[in-house]
Amino acid sequence: LPATAAELKRTPLFKAHAEAGARLVPFAGWEMPVQYEGVRQEHVAVRTAAGVFDVSHMGEIETRGPRALEFLRHLLSNDLGKVGVGGAQYALLCRDDGGVLDDLFTYWLEEERFLTVVNAANAETDFNWFAKQADGWDGVEVVNRSADYAMLALQGPEAVACFEGIAEDGETPDRFHHGEATIAGARALVCRTGYTGEDGVELLIAPGDAEAVWRALMGAGVVPCGLGARDTLRLEVCYPLYGNDLSTDRTPIEAGLKWACALDNDFVGADRLREQVEEGPEEKLAPFVFTDQGIPRAGCAVMSGDERVGLVTSGTLSPCMEVGIGMAYVRSDLGSPGTELTVDVRGKRRAARVESKPLYKKES
Amino acid sequence: LAAESYPDELLYHPEHDWARIEGDTATFGITWYAQDALGEVVFFDPPDVGATITAGQSYAEVESVKAVSDVIAPLSGEVTAVNEAVSETPELINEDPYTSGWLVKVKLTAPDEKGSLLDAGAYKAQLELGE
Repeated sequence: LPATAAELKRTPLFKAHAEAGARLVPFAGWEMPVQYEGVRQEHVAVRTAAGVFDVSHMGEIETRGPRALEFLRHLLSNDLGKVGVGGAQYALLCRDDGGVLDDLFTYWLEEERFLTVVNAANAETDFNWFAKQADGWDGVEVVNRSADYAMLALQGPEAVACFEGIAEDGETPDRFHHGEATIAGARALVCRTGYTGEDGVELLIAPGDAEAVWRALMGAGVVPCGLGARDTLRLEVCYPLYGNDLSTDRTPIEAGLKWACALDNDFVGADRLREQVEEGPEEKLAPFVFTDQGIPRAGCAVMSGDERVGLVTSGTLSPCMEVGIGMAYVRSDLGSPGTELTVDVRGKRRAARVESKPLYKKES
Repeated sequence: LAAESYPDELLYHPEHDWARIEGDTATFGITWYAQDALGEVVFFDPPDVGATITAGQSYAEVESVKAVSDVIAPLSGEVTAVNEAVSETPELINEDPYTSGWLVKVKLTAPDEKGSLLDAGAYKAQLELGE
């Protein structure tokens, strides 16, 4: 059943969003800002200057203990052993059959302490999965820390300079690393990661500090951005969205995420993924652009001639490229860049061409 | 962006569409409320000139980055013109929903249907009830 307004959770910034003129919508059980001034302006702010997203709805799971690293290398598709303390790494959480339970980022905080940031919609099931898998592992403790953190994603070419301008102490971490800083008197875990294709930092802070940090960012001229722009930004650079492009019915191999799978290791699901690499997947996730007018949407059929060959899982109008863009699972032989297909948009056939990732290529 | 308004000289369909009737022809568009609910319009998919449209049924689509919305015909008729400026620059619908953001001109086939439309006061009352 759909959650009613009364059941929706609110982040510590709910009041600040309302004041900033946000349009709030239900998302993954939370009442979240979808836009303030407009999706397109917010999108452009992140591509050209700096924007901030309240992503406090995301979940956090802490894994600690002498065998925490060994456990996470068993549970996650990627090899945390490659990054070291202070590092951050993207990975998939898979079932035995290779189906994706979530995609997530893990921050290696201390020798025996890790923090994994997961999608809001999966926070409970992920934690339960971590806890169940940890059963029988001596020297591993798994703690749901979702209520202990608010999270702000500061993104854009000016984001790091902006962070450095308001940070009272601390150093800027390198890409895919984290550090600590003080902003507006609040201690923040600062992660050089993001979901927009731009440079930037993600700030994990105590919920009680969120408003002060938010106001400091607003004072520095950072543009508040909603989930609408977050979606168009990530789609331009072909980052998958769980629930659209990833699900338990899809594997990381089909999703084009083999690079995030340490297939030499024996993590949960690895056997099936190695098998699938050997066989070649029947379908794969292909980014595409419209060479026609129109906007593709999730659920639209992909056609080759009169044959249905796939399904769009994400689609929008690209604010930077000003054409329809999307990602679709298509028959593998039709998933190579340059392949011409059509997409059935509510009865109208729109011409599309498969492209390489990312669809939006930053001019350098 | 335009300020909220519902001009008195227009008639309104409850699905947030307006009609400006001049004899047996009319101009159609979407209301301030409709464009505000949709957000910035990025695509207008017009009907063909010559197409027959039916009161209460969808004759076009407008899309924002996030959503698609059907546009409902307030009256029945035959499309005599579509607003090419809106096809080129869909945000005209947000900037000026009642004048430069018009969508189609129609030769009415059943002008009496206007009796079922709302005047500005009745439409505003409907919006207030909905809120």
